Amino acid sequence: MSRRLLIAACSAIYVFLMLPLAVVFPISLSSAPYMQFPPPGFSTRWYDRFFEDPQWIEATVRSLYVGGATALLALALGVPLAFSLARGRFAGRVLLDRLALAPLIVPTIILSVGLYGLFAKLKMIGEWYGLVVAHTVLALPFVVLVMVAGLRDFDRGLEQAAEGLGASRVRTLLRVTLPLLRPSLVSAGLLAFISSFDELVIALFLAGPNMTLPKKMFDNILMEIDPTIAAVSVMQILLVSIVLVLIGRFGRGLRDSAR
Amino acid sequence: MVGFTPSVGDYAATSPEDGGGEDFMKTRGFLPALPALILLFAFFLFPVVRMLGFSVEAGTLDWYAKALGEQLYLQVFWNTFEIAVFVTAICLLLGYPLGFLIATTTPGWATLGFIFVLLPLWTSVLVRTYAWMVLLGRNGVFNRWLIDVGAIADPLPLLHNLSGVLIGMVHVLLPYMVLPVYGAVRRLDPALVAAAQGLGASNWRIFWRIYLPLTLPGIFAGSVIVFVLSLGFFITPALLGGGKVMMVAVLIEQEVHQTLNWPLAAALSAVLLALTLGVYGLAQAAARQEARP
Repeated sequence: MSRRLLIAACSAIYVFLMLPLAVVFPISLSSAPYMQFPPPGFSTRWYDRFFEDPQWIEATVRSLYVGGATALLALALGVPLAFSLARGRFAGRVLLDRLALAPLIVPTIILSVGLYGLFAKLKMIGEWYGLVVAHTVLALPFVVLVMVAGLRDFDRGLEQAAEGLGASRVRTLLRVTLPLLRPSLVSAGLLAFISSFDELVIALFLAGPNMTLPKKMFDNILMEIDPTIAAVSVMQILLVSIVLVLIGRFGRGLRDSAR
Repeated sequence: MVGFTPSVGDYAATSPEDGGGEDFMKTRGFLPALPALILLFAFFLFPVVRMLGFSVEAGTLDWYAKALGEQLYLQVFWNTFEIAVFVTAICLLLGYPLGFLIATTTPGWATLGFIFVLLPLWTSVLVRTYAWMVLLGRNGVFNRWLIDVGAIADPLPLLHNLSGVLIGMVHVLLPYMVLPVYGAVRRLDPALVAAAQGLGASNWRIFWRIYLPLTLPGIFAGSVIVFVLSLGFFITPALLGGGKVMMVAVLIEQEVHQTLNWPLAAALSAVLLALTLGVYGLAQAAARQEARP
């Protein structure tokens, strides 16, 4: 009996969680020029408007390559860092661990304002690589958490076997350790990409006149709400779904990285 | 991914037996961390400390006196604190049953349950905020529907006020409560539940006497992370609050972008940072205390 009550309550909570995601689909295909629900008719004009507007396209492309570069840089820095944290024995390891995860806890607005001041001085406002560096700071904790979890479950016997058979340390790393960690690497990279692709607060301060997709969306929501933003939302939800499927298929299980 | 940040003590479990490749990690294990460390110093610690320094540039604590003494700013801090408490309480109320259900159902349902928690988590906060505007606005879906069925005559004010901010923030932060609760329920030894059932305990009794006390660490971890993240929230209050619900992060943004008052923004940031790290540090210390045998 009480189990049924629990399931009923949770169904209602799931409706709450999914409703905002579901509602943008019909609105994006509406023929009405302003928000109207239920939509009076079917049309793809808001998708057309997105693809015909160079500003939207430019913002999307910028977010894609900033996200891609962020994922690469976060992996390049975060994976060795995770090795240090998981396997190194040195003084200050606890401190390093705290520092690496601090960007999750420190309010992003504080980091944004700090970087805004610094980048203004360095003339880096509006430069895409400035965004990449800032987004990498935010993405680093995700990479560290996923990779450390991967290393924790790693069977060291396989490395010892490789070295026992005469493989050099570098060869063992490249041919045994990293391939075995591939699921974690995939998850870490995709999470870093998504965290940058969705990021607004940093971009609000550092992007300058060059829009990223979230900043363009923010401005649009503030100025004029037309269903173009619903079309963008639908595409973004689809992109995230694809990424989650990729993580589920090729990455380390979502449940493991959720620990 | 969320919940309490694992401490190095957790990794020590990986502590490997001695092997060929071990010498390097043992003696120079910090070297691989250096590039990341440089990045964190140059683009995280340094800019934040530099900015916070603006608050005492004049050599006095005047800006702190202003940030903590003037009614206007105190009110914003109080609002922020209140909202964080509300959001944490609502997240706990909704997140516990959800995490509990996912942890105790069949693997197939659990996967599905996870997908529908993670999909919103990784969907852009902007998309979700926009969707809530569509749902909660004066001419939004809810108000239309309520008027159509005759429940109300005039649209309810759901947006641009506290209720809108709370709904939006709970939606963003709920997954951060679900995941630690799920973990805590999973870690619980099922034999305890089986034993209680065998001795004839009712479901409610099993919940109150076994599940709830043994999952308290998960509840605590989830509550702390939701509360701490609430304190620094920006996007949701900025868009759903409609300028009527002021939180510290929104105030800081205004001081930098509109008023250009850097010293005040720095002082407000310093107070926000102290609150955030203070709450987080205290909670971690308490959790460690509790874990001690």
